[in-house]
Amino acid sequence: MRELVSLLNVFCLLSLLAVGGGSAVLPQMEHETVTVHQWVSADDFATIYSLGQMAPGPNMSMVGLIGFKAANHAGMSDAWAFAAMLVVLLAFYLPSSFLTYAVSHMWDSFKENPWRDSVQKGMAPITIGLMLAGVHAVGKTASYNPEHSFHFNTITIGVGLAVTAILFAKHINPALLILAGGVVGWFCLRGI
Amino acid sequence: MSTPVIKPTAVEIFAAFFRIGVTSFGGGLVAYLRDEIVAGRQWMSEDEFLAALEIGQTLPGLNSVNVAIIAGRKLAGPRGAIAAATGLVIPGAVILVILGLLYVRFRNNRDVAAALAGIAAAAVGLLFQVTLKIGAKQFFNPLDLFFVLLTFVLVGLYHVSLPVALFLIAPFAIILRRPRKEAVK
Repeated sequence: MRELVSLLNVFCLLSLLAVGGGSAVLPQMEHETVTVHQWVSADDFATIYSLGQMAPGPNMSMVGLIGFKAANHAGMSDAWAFAAMLVVLLAFYLPSSFLTYAVSHMWDSFKENPWRDSVQKGMAPITIGLMLAGVHAVGKTASYNPEHSFHFNTITIGVGLAVTAILFAKHINPALLILAGGVVGWFCLRGI
Repeated sequence: MSTPVIKPTAVEIFAAFFRIGVTSFGGGLVAYLRDEIVAGRQWMSEDEFLAALEIGQTLPGLNSVNVAIIAGRKLAGPRGAIAAATGLVIPGAVILVILGLLYVRFRNNRDVAAALAGIAAAAVGLLFQVTLKIGAKQFFNPLDLFFVLLTFVLVGLYHVSLPVALFLIAPFAIILRRPRKEAVK
């Protein structure tokens, strides 16, 4: 039960801190769930994040799996683990949704306010900085992991950079590239 | 501003967003939403959609879910907002539960672990590309680049808690972009 309350607290706060989209909150989420509460390992976090990229809909729904694993980790039964997953999903989606619902009512009154533009322009680089920190938070296990061999890390970094380059060069569905990454991983990373 | 003659019911809204929730593989959800709501069903005009997106991006939370909430509310009030958001989120969440259970069961399998490592490596590349693409403007502006790097170092490397970092950085970032009098006239 205490675990559920902690999950609720952490993900409600993350919901309201997700400025400029879900990716902005990744570094804080990684820190809270891996280092502070140790609900998931760093490896699990990277994998759960990447699973989210393969499912349709908002890819941050992967937070539910963190709740599931946290409950598992605390030795709860599967029924409680599903409850934890629901708690996390609701905690992550409801607060920001309520806020949006409320604010969209009165939006017109401050649409003309010149400060609105300042807020957007000022927050943009912060969001980008947070997304870079998100790349670092996931990449420090998924791309370069000191526990893996040099050979292994060369392949994971290579796959990541290849995906980045291909997406800049060609208009292609990213989910297909992620799947292709899985095939490359299965083919090249098995024995290592 | 064109509003639809017949407003859709909550069930119709749920069905439309559920369809997006099932088919929208690979991110870029906002584009899927636009195709369905503006081009497909013509529930909103292009202008209304862009206004909704602007609110959705400014407020915390996922842009796609925020747009769904605003669009649903415009079309059918609170019931519409709930229908839109749940329709969008539920399919992917269910699929992730299944993927997650498979992961928990097979993670120690050698083949699965290798494939997952490749998937995670590719996902990092995707996030990196999205960051570079969205941030193109910021990376070439010295003042913006300073805030990008400051945020990255504080939150990413030193783990300054996000609310603290926002309170420290955001006021300066916003003040430096304050409305200019001469620009207004």
